[in-house]
Amino acid sequence: MSPPRRRDREALVRPYLITGGRAHPTVGSLGITTLVRAAPETESLGLGPEHRRVVRLCSGGALSVAEIAARLELPASVTRVIVADLLDENRLQVLSSGREQAPDRELLQEVLDGLRALR
Amino acid sequence: MGSEPSDEVYLAPTVRTAVKVLVLGPFAVGKSTFVGTLSEIPPLYTEETITRTGAVADDPHGISGKTTTTVALDFGRRTLNDRLVLYMFGTPGQRRFLSLWEDLAYGSLGALVLADIARIEESFEIIGVLEERGLPYAVAINDFRNAEMPPDEELREAFDLLPEVPLVTCDARERDSAARAMISLVEHVLSVCPQQSQESA
Repeated sequence: MSPPRRRDREALVRPYLITGGRAHPTVGSLGITTLVRAAPETESLGLGPEHRRVVRLCSGGALSVAEIAARLELPASVTRVIVADLLDENRLQVLSSGREQAPDRELLQEVLDGLRALR
Repeated sequence: MGSEPSDEVYLAPTVRTAVKVLVLGPFAVGKSTFVGTLSEIPPLYTEETITRTGAVADDPHGISGKTTTTVALDFGRRTLNDRLVLYMFGTPGQRRFLSLWEDLAYGSLGALVLADIARIEESFEIIGVLEERGLPYAVAINDFRNAEMPPDEELREAFDLLPEVPLVTCDARERDSAARAMISLVEHVLSVCPQQSQESA
């Protein structure tokens, strides 16, 4: 109900410094609800601070890109680039199948059943 | 299913599919409340920077013709079964945020438009954009004041809804009621979803 809090972002590094401002093919395959987790026994050696934070968070289990952004207080667009970097280096793995797609009937029925079970 | 909200950060290790729904509506209509009621985790917040291109008279830099706007996204999640999780994104649906929510809308199941009976006209722009984009939606009047409701036909007329678009009332604070609103959206999406999968076409 209340409007979202504006957080103080002064302490954060400017996004273009984190992402290096480069084009990134992997980013295009990532949606905000793509699910990822850290690859087994991944180390965060040699990574920048923001990348390291993402690896550390994702070592605990599976999360969506949106959740990584929120938990680390990073803008969603920046998070996408960091996650793409880490996927390219095999430090993260994608768990959900492919690009976000509009659900088919079977999946919709599953959503409906799940929601009905909530009541 | 139907687990109570928890502080569990991570998804169950078996989850492999995420679906998303947009929860759109004017300022202070209860989007965050709605998302929070159905979410299994305390709602999260992130922001997305969008760039608007085009001639902007008050562009302080005067050269780029671009402005950037930061848009808040409140979201929550609900695990529906061992392998499936639903994400709900609450965001303002106005046209000026179009590039943001086009991105969000991509691959989403549909949109639930939360409306306030006292300011129906504030939902028009959102509904208009949804119809343009062809994203299926349902309208839920957030009846947190327990207001006297005009008859259904009058309401449908006021919102100028197509006959197949569901119109429900809900209390965004009540899980059962919020779940029912979400169910009416998904039932609608299912009813307009083609029988044949597109690969076989």
